[in-house]
Amino acid sequence: MKAKKGDWVQIHEVVLQPHERTANIPEDTKNVPLEMWVKGFLNHDANIGDTVEITTLTGRVVKGKLVEVNPTYTYGFGEFVPEILQIGITLRNILKEGDGRE
Amino acid sequence: MSKDLSYQAVMARKNEIMKKAVGIDYSVFETGRIAFDYERMMRETGYSLQEIQRIQSSVGVGNTPLIELKNLTKLARKLAPKGKGARIFIKDEACNPSGSFKDRRASVSVYHAEKLGFKGVVAATSGNYGAAVASQAAMRNLKAIIVQECYDSRKIGQPEILEKQRKCECLGAEVIQLSVGPELFYMFLRVLEETGYFNASLYSPFGIAGVETLGYEIAMQCREKIGKDPDVVVVTHAGGGNVTGTARGLIKAGALDTKVYGASVDLSGLHMASDYDFNRKSFTTGHTGFGIPFATWPDRSDVPRSAARPLRYLDRYFTVKQGEVFYITEALAQLEGIERGPAGNTSLTAAFALAMEMDEDQVIVVQETEYTGVGKHHLSQLSFARKNGIDIRFGNPDEEVAGKNIILPEDPRLIKAREVDLNKLRRSYIKNCIDNYKVDYVTLEDVEFLAEDTKTDKEFVLSVLEQLNVKVE
Repeated sequence: MKAKKGDWVQIHEVVLQPHERTANIPEDTKNVPLEMWVKGFLNHDANIGDTVEITTLTGRVVKGKLVEVNPTYTYGFGEFVPEILQIGITLRNILKEGDGRE
Repeated sequence: MSKDLSYQAVMARKNEIMKKAVGIDYSVFETGRIAFDYERMMRETGYSLQEIQRIQSSVGVGNTPLIELKNLTKLARKLAPKGKGARIFIKDEACNPSGSFKDRRASVSVYHAEKLGFKGVVAATSGNYGAAVASQAAMRNLKAIIVQECYDSRKIGQPEILEKQRKCECLGAEVIQLSVGPELFYMFLRVLEETGYFNASLYSPFGIAGVETLGYEIAMQCREKIGKDPDVVVVTHAGGGNVTGTARGLIKAGALDTKVYGASVDLSGLHMASDYDFNRKSFTTGHTGFGIPFATWPDRSDVPRSAARPLRYLDRYFTVKQGEVFYITEALAQLEGIERGPAGNTSLTAAFALAMEMDEDQVIVVQETEYTGVGKHHLSQLSFARKNGIDIRFGNPDEEVAGKNIILPEDPRLIKAREVDLNKLRRSYIKNCIDNYKVDYVTLEDVEFLAEDTKTDKEFVLSVLEQLNVKVE
């Protein structure tokens, strides 16, 4: 995919390689790099995967690998968890006991 | 000449970077080998309560409603022995501009940054504080950068953190997203050095003094509504600022008999710096992974002397389970018609359990709520947990193991506030002081400081020092 100068993009960079990481961390974390993602406006035309330069909202110039154009928020409420439904029903029944209300 | 940006080089410049970015010379408050003059630091570098009230009211922060939770109180009374069931009130902090009590902290830090002429502010946080800093910076036309621990090594993130990232961006801030690891601090220092912006630390005197209005308002609102001070205020405890600021505000209001209890979600067994564990927890703040280490070593924060010192103020400390907090979050929506974010309801969960043990004429105040919405919602968090292989079911919350299951109480009577032995934390804090300052003897001044900093007395401190083989000279 082609991205154009001025597009709003997200870039990725490895900040610390595994061997550069601090000593006091669990093994699983020590085995992977410290990674960073930053968004900004692309300073030049490029393709996804290219090393690019962006200008962030605060005017910083940052270099990294282009990962996404118009990065999207994709998180959500997820799949429904039906157990939640039971909580209100149970509690309303307890409150109602002895009240003579339906 | 460009500066060396290697991990070691940047960390070695820490003190120099911090001094520029916070504008406080902490060394003037040092008084002993361990001791420092906490009250002098708060007085000379912070703002008075009246100044803070003025700053906050000018940006729409504070003066949030105190709401009586009548149905939850009624429920507690139905489940408790006769004569038990304290009245439960909640301070609806979600009504602040960015949706949490963190606006109180950010409002003072950002005001101070503007006053000192900084062009922007930086905060290292994956929590609500990011949105609060972004919001306050927007109001004052300052730039804001938020450094977040966001993803595991598969680029998978908690919906709660991803929502906080969106909110910061939608309030005009730049967000630097990182994978798991404490080296976030290194990136934070790099950004401070590169930009010359203000460090809007959660742990500066400004950040803590900003919360004092919360404790003060609780006392005033209780006097107005029920004609007396609350018996207990329950505070969700993570980094310690919420406890510290609220307790100091209560003291400034003269509510000296009000007890301050802390509450955290029990995440014992999960390592906070583990790439694997990162997405196996369902709370990203208000949990024991922050609560315990920040109580036993507050000066681990991003400033040399943290203004957040929870052991100074806590009367009791409790943990609750993840499943219990999700349950109470749903109960708050269903019985009170108030839908709020789960992390903020940690203290409500403890308060509900404690209310069942307290007398009917007593009053327990929950001092915060936080905003909710997609991502920051118990449905998002439970769904994400189930997708990551966490077993979710009804049962006895005592059997919950963080990272393996989430147990929703099969009966509301099973909701418990499990007490943490504060003396154990106090001993651990004193030991950390000795270890971290590498001292083999201490002064009388240090003993007095440690007694104040642990809310104990000289005898207690001396007995701990004796066990540690540390002499007093």
